[in-house]
Amino acid sequence: MSTEIEAQGVAPGANVRTHSTHRSYLIGLGYAVVLTLASFWASSTDLIYPHGVPILLGVLAIAQMGIHLVFFLHISSAPDQTNNILALAFGIFVVGLLVFGSMIIMAHLNHNMMPMDRLMQMQR
Amino acid sequence: MLGRLSWAAIPFDVPVVMIAAGSVGFVIFCLLALVTVKGWWPYLWREWITSVDHKRIGVMYIILALLMLVRGFSDALLMRSQLALAAGHAQGYLPPEHYDQIFSAHGTIMIFFVAMPFVVGLMNFVLPLQLGVRDVAFPVLNSVSFWLTAAGVLLVNVSLVVGEFARTGWLAYPPLSEVAYSPGVGVDYYLWSLQISGLGTLLSGINLLTTILKLRAPGMGYRQMPIFCWTALASNLLIVASFPILTATFAMLLLDRYCGFHFFTNDLGGNPMMYINLIWSWGHPEVYILILPAFGVFSEVVATFSGKPLFGRRSMVMATMAICVLSFLVWLHHFFTMGAGADVNGFFGIMTMLIAVPTGVKIFNWLFTLYGGRIRFTTPVYWAVGFMVTFVIGGMTGVLMAIPPADFVLHNSLFLIAHFHNVVIGGVVFGVMAGITYWFPKAFGFTLNERLGKAVFWCWFFGFYLAFTPLYVLGLMGATRRLQHYANPHWQPFMLVAFAGALLILLGIALTGVQLAVSIRHRDRNRDVTGDPWNGRTLEWSTPSPPPVWNFSHLPQVDRPDAFWAMKQQRGTAQDRSIQRIYETIHVPRNNPTGFYLAFFAVLLGFSLIWRIWWGAGLGLLGAIVAGLLQAWRTNGEIEVPADKVAAFERLHGPKERAV
Amino acid sequence: MSAAEQALATDDAVPVSLRGPAPTRVVAGYGFWLFLLSDIVIFAALFAAYAVLSGETAGGPTATDLFDKKHVLIETACLLASSVTCGFGSLAVQSGERPSTYFWMSITFILGIAFLSLELSEFSHMLAIGAAPSRSAFLSAFFTLVGTHGLHVTMGLCWLIVMLLQVATLGFQPMVSRRFFCFGLFWHALDIVWIGVFTIVYLGAHL
Repeated sequence: MSTEIEAQGVAPGANVRTHSTHRSYLIGLGYAVVLTLASFWASSTDLIYPHGVPILLGVLAIAQMGIHLVFFLHISSAPDQTNNILALAFGIFVVGLLVFGSMIIMAHLNHNMMPMDRLMQMQR
Repeated sequence: MLGRLSWAAIPFDVPVVMIAAGSVGFVIFCLLALVTVKGWWPYLWREWITSVDHKRIGVMYIILALLMLVRGFSDALLMRSQLALAAGHAQGYLPPEHYDQIFSAHGTIMIFFVAMPFVVGLMNFVLPLQLGVRDVAFPVLNSVSFWLTAAGVLLVNVSLVVGEFARTGWLAYPPLSEVAYSPGVGVDYYLWSLQISGLGTLLSGINLLTTILKLRAPGMGYRQMPIFCWTALASNLLIVASFPILTATFAMLLLDRYCGFHFFTNDLGGNPMMYINLIWSWGHPEVYILILPAFGVFSEVVATFSGKPLFGRRSMVMATMAICVLSFLVWLHHFFTMGAGADVNGFFGIMTMLIAVPTGVKIFNWLFTLYGGRIRFTTPVYWAVGFMVTFVIGGMTGVLMAIPPADFVLHNSLFLIAHFHNVVIGGVVFGVMAGITYWFPKAFGFTLNERLGKAVFWCWFFGFYLAFTPLYVLGLMGATRRLQHYANPHWQPFMLVAFAGALLILLGIALTGVQLAVSIRHRDRNRDVTGDPWNGRTLEWSTPSPPPVWNFSHLPQVDRPDAFWAMKQQRGTAQDRSIQRIYETIHVPRNNPTGFYLAFFAVLLGFSLIWRIWWGAGLGLLGAIVAGLLQAWRTNGEIEVPADKVAAFERLHGPKERAV
Repeated sequence: MSAAEQALATDDAVPVSLRGPAPTRVVAGYGFWLFLLSDIVIFAALFAAYAVLSGETAGGPTATDLFDKKHVLIETACLLASSVTCGFGSLAVQSGERPSTYFWMSITFILGIAFLSLELSEFSHMLAIGAAPSRSAFLSAFFTLVGTHGLHVTMGLCWLIVMLLQVATLGFQPMVSRRFFCFGLFWHALDIVWIGVFTIVYLGAHL
């Protein structure tokens, strides 16, 4: 088998970083629990302006995804992580485009191509 | 017991199919018999079928694509001849039920099983050599990808004889492709063969992308990487980002068909337009996946045969990445007419016109590379010049249709057909032909016959214009696509000219076969002994032809673009003589049958699902899982090539002094 | 790797992009990361379909009729906890500690099974009351999106069993360690997708 050179990471078997990385998972868990409970609360409370709730949920979800990426997947701004970040950015671009682009396009299509009787129903 | 499969699935009453199937079956039988009698099976199994060498896999992709070109082109001949006959009262010889399958198969095969394998095969062969490394990132996965594509090819071709193919066109729009309107197995053949080969393509995209980003020779940063590698980077990025959309959309259609779901049905809330929206958000990046590597080929060819570095390297790279990103922002132009409204249409129309700008930048860069160079008019340069003229025309008709009001007149007319054949043939086919001719000596150790190569080019060039200019005119006259018959007899002369064009292209394809035969016969005359038949600029030309399994005995040290050109300038200088030749043991991946086994079970799974043979599907799935587990426990994945063997090889085949 | 290549690979003065071919561990991890991103695009297409079709209930059961937030909160807790235990298990793999690996990965497995059984009970309840995927486009989209996530969790659990068997039979050799790393990426990514699912599908329904 070819020899493994861990030029860009910890050598196999090294315990050097175990203490702090255990902590990173626990910190991530803490943040994630708070954000999850906040989401569930936000969707059922009367205390928030109703039209703002979807935006708040979106923000909380994105924040929690970020927590997972940083604390569980160890994405960082280190130079050997650049490719990972670029790939992630491209992925987010495609996902956003696909989801929001489809929603906008389909909303336009559905509205413009609505059968006349449904259109009349909407007027009432 | 056998689901819906019965003897009635074989169309004994359709002579065209029976004769075609019979002839192909006979040829295959003869080939298998020849191989058996000559005892070539061990060689084929060891050196090709279980090979994980990117060079072998690349060649196999191209052979697959050439074979499917013949199949797809015969569909084209059937269509052209039918339309040449079916004017006014005449009905031609192909009834609509068959004609619809023919144009659907033609499109499906040409895009998925000709163009994609051609492009993926070229990238597979060239990338590790240009990057100065030994192989792609995941050699076994590479083999899996190839064999999954071959599995898709097999399923599509079986549909000719057992059952039927889809009658929906190459994108299978619902509601026509739903069970209510296509209750037969045709659409299922289409969906399963593309899901299987689509998985292969996605894995290949991941493989090549990882190779370009993580496996390059020391000193080869992004600025030193050849332009072909940049276009391959963009193309594979698009594969990884867009093929999952195809997988998901086909999965939704399969759920509709098999489990009664309502994604795209006419009733219970389904929305067929959602399919069209999703399929084109894959479909547009797909065509850029095909064309970008072709652009890369032309960059290499034009620079090499002008004897100059590529003009405007930096703008070339930026244009490539701009096209990559923009290709995701234009997809609605494929359905301007379907009611999205002026605002949405306007946005996508503008974006579509914008994407022509970086392409124009590339054309000018190629022209300025040629200008002032000492041009050698070899066959690849013929293809390059032919491409520049033809692709620009095709691109311009595209920009014309990017204007939504114009598209309302021209959508789904023969003008559209002419446009996309213009860019695909002028761009992708010409690019692939140039690439094959250019890299053939590297792969096989001898050059192709030049005179025949140029003859092939002229047949394709004039054949294309003869076949498709009438279609532009017909489109403007109101002719739509996918017509089995037309009422207006004034269209017939144009259809006849188009048929003549198709025959000229047929001559070109036949001459390709002749060229191969003649070149093989005269291979000793055309041997490439130096490894550098064209006085090339990039690293693949620094290896012997063909290269050893390990590509490079030493990974080259790179510090600038056109690395091999720089090495050649240095050869014979003090700096060069000071490099000591110490060889080390090289680790090479061992042959692996996993790809072949997985594809075998994929065919079983696909065929069983198509015919609702549930036990067969279970068996296929189980077999694939077992093959995967066997691979998971394989620990002897590498062979060691001892240093003295490497040294001996270098003594025999190493770089010889040559005049620069 | 030759001695010169080794030296280059660890030279901090040389930018990462110029150091030559990356080590196998980095290559495998990056390739798997790309695969995960492609998987997320599949989910994006399914999310897009859900977003477009979530209102198309065709006179049948709607989201508010069907979804129970307490149930979803427990599912979320299971999956989130399993992500953390998976993380602890990954650390054990890196350290080459067998008992720790078996312990944390078994907990991960159990939590994953808990998540799946909760999800399956929800699905079977819906089927029992006639809220089947063939009832409406909304239900088709729901079952496909949530079901695909559940399928991924199932495949992850099967993979985990295979990985534990590999540790038992092959030990912690580099190939096994690399695959565990990829499994960890996969498992965390599934939790990220679940964040999207519970926010958009379950919490979004009650708006």
